[in-house]
Amino acid sequence: MSTIRSYGQRPNPYPGKLFIVEGIDGSGKSTQLTLLSQWLRSEGHLVVFSEWNSSPIVRTTTSRGKKRQLLTPLTFSLIHATDFSDRIERDIIPALKAGAIVLADRYVYTAFARDVARGVDRSWVRSLYRFATLPTLAIYFRVPLDVALYRILSGRPKLKWYEAGMDLGLHSDVTESYKLFQGRIQEEYEHIVREHGLAVMDATRPVEIQQRALRQLITPYLRGEVPGPLGPDSPVLVHPAHPTRVEATR
Amino acid sequence: MKRFESYGTGIPRVRLDDLSGWLIVVEGTDGVGRTTHINKLRAHLERLGYAVAETGLTRSDLASRGIRRAKQGNTLGSNAFNLFYATDFADRLEQQIVPALRSGFVMLTDRYVYSLIARAIVRGAEPDWIKQVYSFALKPDATFYLRIDVDELVPRVLSDGGGFDYWESGMDLPMGEDLYDSFMNYQRRIIEELDTLSREYAFQTIDATRKVDDISRDLCDRVAELLARRQKPVGVNGA
Repeated sequence: MSTIRSYGQRPNPYPGKLFIVEGIDGSGKSTQLTLLSQWLRSEGHLVVFSEWNSSPIVRTTTSRGKKRQLLTPLTFSLIHATDFSDRIERDIIPALKAGAIVLADRYVYTAFARDVARGVDRSWVRSLYRFATLPTLAIYFRVPLDVALYRILSGRPKLKWYEAGMDLGLHSDVTESYKLFQGRIQEEYEHIVREHGLAVMDATRPVEIQQRALRQLITPYLRGEVPGPLGPDSPVLVHPAHPTRVEATR
Repeated sequence: MKRFESYGTGIPRVRLDDLSGWLIVVEGTDGVGRTTHINKLRAHLERLGYAVAETGLTRSDLASRGIRRAKQGNTLGSNAFNLFYATDFADRLEQQIVPALRSGFVMLTDRYVYSLIARAIVRGAEPDWIKQVYSFALKPDATFYLRIDVDELVPRVLSDGGGFDYWESGMDLPMGEDLYDSFMNYQRRIIEELDTLSREYAFQTIDATRKVDDISRDLCDRVAELLARRQKPVGVNGA
């Protein structure tokens, strides 16, 4: 087992396109994806939405495990991989074959970030998700931790056990544990962005500015082209097709 | 002395350096008589004064119900099933096997990762992928492989087991026009994979075509001898 083949070697061979958004809670990614799907539908595209934790059969086990706190870092990782695999096989691949635009709120990178933040081995989890198709484009919504925490903690009353990373014993207070855990996840995301070439959106910019940029970003891919250079005011900070921009913004 | 290690990088946030006890695996295909032999083995070891615990496929607190439900409808994707089994195994490893070993028990396991790897490969999983998935598993002290050919399996399944089972015949694939054809093809492939794994992971093969009592005596003697030796160097059981 010297060379482990890992995630990232299965390009999408189908006519459909797969766009995915990633980011910590409170980064605004779901809002942006919803706006994007409404726009794509109004433009006449066939759009399929796919969410994390959505396999009907696996979900009962996952939620039972969470409610009763039966999950460890290992089983947390495996049950989510099971769910994801079912979602890939039964929702995403058939839709891509049918030529649809598949929009996924969270993809393998969520597992890479969360599982590693829980202590799971980095290369093991990448190998676990080897079966996953590479997205057409993955966009990471980058936001300072305190901004995201403020959005979540001011708006929602109760944090769930695993969501707050309480299983790791980082802090006895749920809110403090959540902050520490989200910080770890964010650190992992920054590794992932570089490792897997995710586009990076400045998620502190106004919603409508981000949305305009998101639409510009994906439009060329719909025509099978690679996007051209972005303007100097674009909220897109990193552009996988034009890595020179990465240096320009650092 | 460190008694146990995993095939890969270990189990996240679980200590393995304080484990004692023994991990004994009984492998073999469906209907070969594993349950019978494990019961006899357990009684024998208890007579010798060992504390014995048992586990087997889909007996986890976390995933057994979900797997049963998924099997009833056959509505779960094939690769998702592979991972559901891995979830079940991981839960049993952490909640049953590791605690039993920590308490110095002899843990008898009715099939281990090898059967799960074999069923995944027969269903199209890439062998190096599924082995890597299971690399968190502990290397057992010994794996006893009750080996039989598919032709000798048929009369047993028909007389003892109440006929051909849907899943044991690989009908989710399926591998033939009817239950019989599919059973023959599926079990032949499973046995082939177990034979391959047997070489890779150094199983001790037990000829399961003999009389029940002969097989049982053979198994009991081998395990008793292993336990009497008390210590083992780490890593005797495969790569």
